[in-house]
Amino acid sequence: MPPNGPERFCPGDKDRSKIAKSLRMKIKHKIEKGNRVGYLFVSPYIIFFLLFTAYPLIFSFVLIFHKWNIIGPMRWVGLDNFITLIHDALFWKSLANTFIFLVIHIPLQIVLALIAAEMLNQKMRLRVFFRGAFFLPVVISGVVVTILWQQFYSTDTGLFNALLTHIGLPRVPWLTSTKAAMPSIALMATWKNMGLYIVLFLAGLQGVPRYLYEAAEIDGAGKLQQFLKITIPAINPTVVLVVIISTIGGFSLFIEPYVMTQGGPLNSTMSCVLYIYKQAFTFYKMGYAAAFGFILAFIILGVVWVQRKVVETEVYT
Amino acid sequence: MTGKIIKKWLFYIVLTGAAVTFIYPFLWMAAGSLKPEIEIPNFSLLSRNLSVNSYKVVLDKIPIIRAFFNSVLVATSVTASVLVFSSMVGYALSRLRFRGRELIFTVILFTMMIPFQLTLIPLYTLIVKFGWTDTYWALIVPYMINAFGILLFRQYFKAVPQDLIDAARVDGCGELRILFRIIWPLSVPALVTVGIIVFMMTWNEVLWPLIVVRKETIMTMPQMVTLFAVGGRVESQVGVKLAAAMMLTLPIVIVYLFFQRHFIASMATTGLKG
Repeated sequence: MPPNGPERFCPGDKDRSKIAKSLRMKIKHKIEKGNRVGYLFVSPYIIFFLLFTAYPLIFSFVLIFHKWNIIGPMRWVGLDNFITLIHDALFWKSLANTFIFLVIHIPLQIVLALIAAEMLNQKMRLRVFFRGAFFLPVVISGVVVTILWQQFYSTDTGLFNALLTHIGLPRVPWLTSTKAAMPSIALMATWKNMGLYIVLFLAGLQGVPRYLYEAAEIDGAGKLQQFLKITIPAINPTVVLVVIISTIGGFSLFIEPYVMTQGGPLNSTMSCVLYIYKQAFTFYKMGYAAAFGFILAFIILGVVWVQRKVVETEVYT
Repeated sequence: MTGKIIKKWLFYIVLTGAAVTFIYPFLWMAAGSLKPEIEIPNFSLLSRNLSVNSYKVVLDKIPIIRAFFNSVLVATSVTASVLVFSSMVGYALSRLRFRGRELIFTVILFTMMIPFQLTLIPLYTLIVKFGWTDTYWALIVPYMINAFGILLFRQYFKAVPQDLIDAARVDGCGELRILFRIIWPLSVPALVTVGIIVFMMTWNEVLWPLIVVRKETIMTMPQMVTLFAVGGRVESQVGVKLAAAMMLTLPIVIVYLFFQRHFIASMATTGLKG
């Protein structure tokens, strides 16, 4: 609204209500127009959704019942893809590998990130610097991180084994033994993602009301007790979030084994997505790959659902 | 008193040690890309024989400069498109009234739950059907709108005062003008957040390019570096591998150093929405 001008521009009461009425009409008209504009504005999304979400969803449901090498015609095979999948040792192997990854990655991630976040949450200098340092690997491509760690993990020339032999321990075949390879990748992934979880935990910790700690202190609770009884329950939503994000990440594991081990040795680092990729783009079995993707999607949703049930608690704050 | 001081020192020593484990590897990579091959497998960051030889080999063997510009093209197109289209949808969902609005909102929430593994192969077959393999379209179009962006914009735009929008409407402003001239300038933090996340994700994406692009002239940088590291062309020269990795790292690290706070704040919001 313009500021009040000189006397002569001020409309009388009658005029004022007239203007107000016409204004209301104008706005109403615009709102009706908003209806059309609304559709216009969401139309790019509707097209996008139909093409790149709805169509693939529906087509996946067709593809899983077919054999198709993408060049020739599709052939209906019924449930064959699923029957083959159940008898495919590598399908189970890739799932088992993912679980090995998650069992190491998730607890390690939570413990380390929580400790780091708790430290950064103290009154301290250089917080921004430390946080920025921890976060650095998060922004850098997984390809780079993997190339780098491949050198560190090298059995003969790697820095880790140089360190171990230096303090008189035997070399570890980080990437060349079937037992160590997947845990090695899990360790690397923990290093890469920790910065993100530190930031999430830090946000969670800063949301815990101070008075809870003050009250606990008056009641004579020690630091450790405060951490276990106040902090842990209060940041439960963040823990749930971290568990879910790292689970989805674990099931999406691809570039790390692709660059580092190609799924070896003896398929011990064959991840689910790497297996789907190989079936689709090395053997051109689109139907089979789609069937694995289909089952995997339900496994992921199932696992996340169970995790929510188990980890999520009522928050007392 | 001394106990307190020792404790404080210990605190900073532990933190510094942790920070070193996160920074040192990248410094080692930078040093390794400049060192002669035999000196790479040691901890030292210094050498008397630094040279840019490894970089010369990379430039010689793969069109990495071209790949850099491909990545820039793809990442900026995707980011710009997400900002424009997602904010349009976010605006419609928060400030315009029309039938089916809540339905669309529910659909968007639903799409965020779909694991990408489910649609990956059918999406690839669609790209093949469109004849988009080995084109920029394949890298850009499937990422042009982003559900996370829509939700964030919707949330953010809700806080813009209605009076402002009404006043603009009375003045005869079209809705597009309102969005880009009034709402956008008031929503810089949201634009920065979505922009950074989308740019970073697109820049680092490697699975999708590996699937839809086989032609060297269209490849993005991470894809090319991946194939270079995995394929036989490196001839197991570690220095050359590290040089290629360095070239992939530098652009995003430079951006990160300038916008560190924004990067971290942005990623923190991604978590909060969950």
